[in-house]
Amino acid sequence: MGKTLAEKIFDAHRVDTPADGIHVLRLDAVLCHEITTPIAIDDLVARGKDRVFDPSRIKAVIDHVTPAKDTKTATQGKILRDWVRRHGIRDFFDIGRNGVCHALFPEKGFIRPGYTVIMGDSHTCTHGAFGAFAAGVGTTDLEVGILKGVCAFHRPETLRIDITGRLPAGVFAKDVILSVIGRTGVGGATGKVIEFAGPVVAAMSMEARMTLCNMAVEAGATCGICAPDERTVDYLWEHIRNDYPDRQSALAAYAAWVPDPDAVYAARLDHDVSALEPLATFGFKPDNVKPARDMAEVAVDQVYIGSCTNGRIEDLRAAARVLQGHVVADTVRGILAPATPAVYRRALEEGLIATFLDAGFCVTNPTCGACLGMSTGVLAEGEVCASTTNRNFSGRMGKGGMVHLMSPATAAATAIAGRITPARLELFE
Amino acid sequence: MRGPCVTPFSGNVLFLNRGDINTDEIIPARYLTELTKAALAPHLLEDLDLPGFTPGVSTAGIQALFSRANFGCGSSREHAPWALEGNGIRLVVAESFARIFRQNMFNCGMLALEQPPQVMAEIFAAFTGRPTRVDTDLAAETFTLTAQGLSRTFAFRLAPFDRALVEAGGWVSYADSRY
Ligand code: SF4
Repeated sequence: MGKTLAEKIFDAHRVDTPADGIHVLRLDAVLCHEITTPIAIDDLVARGKDRVFDPSRIKAVIDHVTPAKDTKTATQGKILRDWVRRHGIRDFFDIGRNGVCHALFPEKGFIRPGYTVIMGDSHTCTHGAFGAFAAGVGTTDLEVGILKGVCAFHRPETLRIDITGRLPAGVFAKDVILSVIGRTGVGGATGKVIEFAGPVVAAMSMEARMTLCNMAVEAGATCGICAPDERTVDYLWEHIRNDYPDRQSALAAYAAWVPDPDAVYAARLDHDVSALEPLATFGFKPDNVKPARDMAEVAVDQVYIGSCTNGRIEDLRAAARVLQGHVVADTVRGILAPATPAVYRRALEEGLIATFLDAGFCVTNPTCGACLGMSTGVLAEGEVCASTTNRNFSGRMGKGGMVHLMSPATAAATAIAGRITPARLELFE
Repeated sequence: MRGPCVTPFSGNVLFLNRGDINTDEIIPARYLTELTKAALAPHLLEDLDLPGFTPGVSTAGIQALFSRANFGCGSSREHAPWALEGNGIRLVVAESFARIFRQNMFNCGMLALEQPPQVMAEIFAAFTGRPTRVDTDLAAETFTLTAQGLSRTFAFRLAPFDRALVEAGGWVSYADSRY
């Protein structure tokens, strides 16, 4: 009987099955940020177990609130900083080198096909874009990951979603995943792995696949996952070139992390995107989606472009293409947060930052910032934000604020119009 | 910090006669930026609005909670069991639990026990309003509720992995000794 990709990863990493259905896996990467890790560190210290299993497999970043905005966030950063020094964790990204975790760690080449990855963060599923099993976990699981390099999971059932048809120009991975969540519902994949496949995924860049996998958790999934291919190798090449004589051999090695043709899935879904158009969410659940063109009555106070969902270079390019030669409506505050320093630099070099500035956008440093309503763009009560982030929960960007999720192109067009508006698709033909 | 417990899961009971008590009621989101588990303790059930319940007072001297269906629903925050633990509460008995809250309890070496609705209804009818004590026998898989002039014993089932976590004092101790 064939295996799904997640099953292959489980079989290659299992160190124990302490009880029926419980699989303890060896971890290849434990990722840390300053919001959830300090309390795990504090607890390990209190237990007299202030150790790490392998400093080279632990990666840490300060990204959620950076630079620190008050004493508490400064202290969270300090606990993380002191801890990485104490344990010789070298892959630590502090101010000036820091960016949104789920954009930064892949960019550094830390995530490889077949890896097991955990982090105390629900959007850890993003890293599945590389053919890794990557799951967000609670603090106790994170502690054990740090201490022993293992994590216990139930054997995951896999929901296979083939994205088929031809994605129209001007319609993006964000629209695809919003349409998937609209179809499955927020609980449609609870506890499952979503394997994204099919011709549309095969044609997607790694950035787009990360956007796709990023929001798998919004359908309840533990992880989204894409089988590695040439694009994966190309993206990782500068980091793996010493491990393989050429790209072909890397690709051959990664073939171990492709699902079997006769794999058994809990369910399969064909999702044709040929007629898809730019979408936006309404209400407080990410499965409340409808065409952006049907939401022209929704005026917005703020447009936020950034986050682990859509703060990468392709996202900035798409938004800048729409903004070129325009300014944001005078009722709108535009905020751009490039996801990483490398994205920021590239955007500067390509002239995209100038386009944003000319359009009247404020450009912040790389940070999660307003995505979780902690800094750089918190909403006042009753305010509305068009956002390229992943959660529209009530109060997410500030108490009493409303968030509409959409692609960077739609967000840019919305900034210009002051109301939810899709970009002209011809711009992307 | 915690070794294996000598007299675990026994003590005075607080009855919370409502279903769907969520993690925001157990520990409000405004305390998520706290840096230590200890800082959460004073805020346990701070936003719970229930007749006869007074935050900070009703939980004093309590070691176990009895409640209704879907206890611990809402966010995945592990702060909820920590806030309980910080107050010396290590046992919750309910008709059912939200999945993540339940796992978090066992990961912390604490006990989340389910009882059928009709049994919980009986327990609430017989014991609410009277000072009640619970004594848990993990080996026999029973707990006994005692109030003045009244004593009743109930059976429960513990899955092997859950039992292993509880006996080890949680997932950290379990994993540290095993892997
Ligand atoms: S950008 Fe938003 S969703 Fe992504 S890790 Fe940061 S806070 Fe979480």
